[in-house]
Amino acid sequence: MQGTIFAIKRYALHDGPHIRTTIFLKGCPLFCRWCHNPEGISPQPQLVWSADRCIGCSTCITACPHEALHLTNEQVRRDVDRCDGCGECVRLCPALAHEANGWQATVDEVVTEIKKDIPFFDQSGGGVTFSGGEPLMQPTFLLALLQEAGTLGIHRVVDTSGYAEREVISTVAEHTDLFLYDIKHMDNNKHRLYTGVDNRSILDNLRYLHNKGAKVQVRLPLIPGINDDHENIVQTGTFLRGLPEINGLDVLPYHPSAKAKYNKLHLNYPGEHIQVADQAYIQEIVHNLEQFDLSVRIGG
Amino acid sequence: MNQRIEQLRKESFEARPTISIERALLETAFYRENNGKYSQPVLRALFFKHLCENKTLYIGKHELLVGERGPAPKVVPTFPELTCHSADDLQVLNNRAMTNYDVSQQDITIYEQEVIPYWQGRSMRDRIFSNVPQQWKDAYECGLFTEFMEQRAPGHTALDGSIYHYGMLGLKERIADRIKRLDYQNDPEAADRFEQLTAMDIACDAVILFAHRHAQLAEKLAAKEQDTVRKQELLTIAQVCRRVPEYTPQTFHEAIQMYWFTHLGTITELNGWDAMSPGHLDQHLAPFYEKELAENTLTREQAKELLACLWIKINNQPAPPKVGVTAKESGTYNDFTQINLGGLLKNGSDGTNEVSYIALEVADELHLLQPQPSVHISSKTPDHFLKAASRVIRKGYGYPSIFNTDTVIMEQVRVGKSIEDAREGGTSGCIETGAFGKEAYILTGYLNVPKILEITLNNGRDPLTGKQVGLQTGDPRAFISYEALYDAFTQQLEHIVALKIEVNNYIERMYAKYSPAPFLSVVINDCIEKGKDYYDGGPRYNTNYIQCCGIGTITDSLSAIKTHIFEQKTFSWEQLLDALANNFADNEPLRLTLWNRTPFFGNDDDRADTIMQQIYNSLFTAIDGKPNTKGTEYHLNMLSTTCHVYFGKMLGATPNGRFAHQPESDGTSPSHGADRKGPTAVVKSLSKMDQSKSGGTLLNQRFLPSVLASEQDLDKLCGLVRSYFNLGGHHVQFNVVDTATLRKAQQTPDEYRNLLVRVAGYSDYFVDLDLDHQEEIIKRTEQELY
Repeated sequence: MQGTIFAIKRYALHDGPHIRTTIFLKGCPLFCRWCHNPEGISPQPQLVWSADRCIGCSTCITACPHEALHLTNEQVRRDVDRCDGCGECVRLCPALAHEANGWQATVDEVVTEIKKDIPFFDQSGGGVTFSGGEPLMQPTFLLALLQEAGTLGIHRVVDTSGYAEREVISTVAEHTDLFLYDIKHMDNNKHRLYTGVDNRSILDNLRYLHNKGAKVQVRLPLIPGINDDHENIVQTGTFLRGLPEINGLDVLPYHPSAKAKYNKLHLNYPGEHIQVADQAYIQEIVHNLEQFDLSVRIGG
Repeated sequence: MNQRIEQLRKESFEARPTISIERALLETAFYRENNGKYSQPVLRALFFKHLCENKTLYIGKHELLVGERGPAPKVVPTFPELTCHSADDLQVLNNRAMTNYDVSQQDITIYEQEVIPYWQGRSMRDRIFSNVPQQWKDAYECGLFTEFMEQRAPGHTALDGSIYHYGMLGLKERIADRIKRLDYQNDPEAADRFEQLTAMDIACDAVILFAHRHAQLAEKLAAKEQDTVRKQELLTIAQVCRRVPEYTPQTFHEAIQMYWFTHLGTITELNGWDAMSPGHLDQHLAPFYEKELAENTLTREQAKELLACLWIKINNQPAPPKVGVTAKESGTYNDFTQINLGGLLKNGSDGTNEVSYIALEVADELHLLQPQPSVHISSKTPDHFLKAASRVIRKGYGYPSIFNTDTVIMEQVRVGKSIEDAREGGTSGCIETGAFGKEAYILTGYLNVPKILEITLNNGRDPLTGKQVGLQTGDPRAFISYEALYDAFTQQLEHIVALKIEVNNYIERMYAKYSPAPFLSVVINDCIEKGKDYYDGGPRYNTNYIQCCGIGTITDSLSAIKTHIFEQKTFSWEQLLDALANNFADNEPLRLTLWNRTPFFGNDDDRADTIMQQIYNSLFTAIDGKPNTKGTEYHLNMLSTTCHVYFGKMLGATPNGRFAHQPESDGTSPSHGADRKGPTAVVKSLSKMDQSKSGGTLLNQRFLPSVLASEQDLDKLCGLVRSYFNLGGHHVQFNVVDTATLRKAQQTPDEYRNLLVRVAGYSDYFVDLDLDHQEEIIKRTEQELY
């Protein structure tokens, strides 16, 4: 069994309780304007090249079996028609300027990495988190990983947008100890505008998980100018008040640190105009949300 | 911090480290008059008494604790009997940019006329260097190892609680009793023991006298004092000094003053490395604290104030100025007094008490260079204490460092100490394990392990000096396998270690014969019972450590050769050796391939970690169990302090892609920038080292402040520490500071005079470090927020 992942982070501090290892599964059906993991959107592995690392040695140019790389004006250009993604450039670049953004990994390979930090999970009560991308986009792979981790007694978190078939979410819930579940916007039109998808199944799935007794921690990425208006805050609060068993709400303030990643992917940064909120403003929003009997934290 | 402490702290912080020639003048006059009249131990003891009778005393305006090594705070004497500074040395100390010491031109002239003519050729250093073999000198000068005993006395020790139970009179009784039991009929060494015991007795009198002089001075000051509150304080000081160290202390105040006089005695008699440490101070003071609290004669605030006074006293004692190689590898004012907090009691129960928490508060509020607290965490230590320590760590002073009590005990039991003695033991200096109050655990010097690989790759020749410093183990191009190379490396290693030990053992005898330490011997068990000096096997346990540096650099270098020469055949020997000889000039692709395409130590990658284990085992085999001159053994220690920077300077380019003269990896930490998978991977790699077979390891981790922002973050840090300790780790310490702050401190040092950073097994003021060390700290992998 194989899947596509694009990162494994150990000692991940903000992807669930205690010390965790986070596995980032590649591919996401959403395209949020503030996305801080744009390298996780495409389901396919991508080869990327970083100008700041390149030493201009031409190792990649000579090594490429498909003659797909060219050095012009100190930039390595990739001829996408010729490149078949074989990864020789990634394997040989001395400077790590070529990187594979995503790779195929077997369940065994991923589990071997997860197992490495069992001493820390045991001590702290942490475990593994599956994030992305959208982990539910690779349900069979995810399920196999969750089952393996479960067999080893490792605490499992799934960090999701909730945008998935009901059947997928229902099966995954059987093998998940905690969901980190994003609510991005309550207004369906705006949700479609800013994320590219409908929010109805997301909200339904959340209600479903709640009623089923799954442990869910809701997360609100707070994006100034997009979802921080009073109306959305009130609607979010009202909706969540209707789900009294959820394990609190984390407000995740927007920060623009992902911009460099977009450049590397040759993508325009869609969050260019988003402002960064100050602490007082964030506190005010938290206060407003607390009016809905919610236990609210900043950060996750 | 109350007003008194604030004032004393300010004075201590602002005082300039200054050299006093008083001790040298007193000593020179004494030796001219008395040398040859007495046995060596008695001569040393009488000189010590002479000092205690004649040295200038100091009682500061706001002080509650009294006594200084020099005539005033931060004034440090010289020890010409060990190292006689030349007039040039003194000029350099006065003028150099970093870690300078003020010396007046007048004093330099007097030194030149009075002190230098007598001690030149007589100092231990001169005598040692005139007698060592050329082969040793060549290896020493090219940076294969250092020698601790060439200019400062061996020390490296800490006290147990004995002094608080006996007092000097009690110890004098034990000495008298031992003299009575000397058996001249059957013990050929009885006469030597008599001389040694007589010297110890004189040393006890000397410190009592020193305390009484302080009492007299305090009384004199009290008589003149107008302020009634201060008058009473001075009278209390006098009362305390009439009681301790002569008798056993009865109060918290007396107990601390008792320690301080003992500390001062040992660092005045000689200048042993790492000054002196109180050991488990919180455990020693707890009975006094609890008794007085119950009797309502002391409040928590008063106890805290007295403890703060001790902190300031220790900070008032900068390291004696060093010269030569030692100055290069240890450029710091810190003299390494470490205070152990927490740990276990002798009976195996948790040793944490209220004084442990008070001490953490004092360390936090004063955040001085010295002393440096460490917390000792056993499986029985409450999380509450570790959490309290982590709150201080978060402030970014680089301390407290954290030790694993259970491993520290195991290390000691492995080498034959009793479990009780091991529990009363702990760590001193940076990370060195010892049985407090019962052991001479002498650091003999650092071993440059990557340099041994360098000479192996050059058939025993040092590329820096061109000298043949090792064996001729063959041209590396002829090594057809990794095993063949490794075999040559171990031959060189055994050879260099043997050379080092040969000279160590020789110097060790010189100290035993010519520079005994009668006062230190009084306070370390069982010197009295054996009638033997601290340097002559008197203590219950005697260990020599060789500190091995650069395990990260050598592991990564051997891993690079294994991977790229033998397994993947990326390069030929010719290509690699040429690149190393040319410091990778015009060959960045090769260097980066080595640097980026090699399994490195610190990533929880068995391909590299098994090489680390192989090297560690070879070091262990080469060192552990080798005999010293006291009938006991050498053990290995995995500490670099700041020597990895000096050793790096003496080392050419290495196969891990490190440029020539750059620092090596520090302690047992991964090479800077080689660990790329976060702190849990670092901890896992480190845990593959069988640390309980060492006398200590050192792991540096640098965290961004943002990683420790919340209480939950601190819980995660504590979880990381506990996990490392479950896996057998000995020590970990954290620098919590971001690169931007460090860069700003480089640009405007005056604004950052207070910025403490963890350097090695100790913290130092960042702006007092030379540029190499500053850069080295900045390069340490920053564990970021994910």
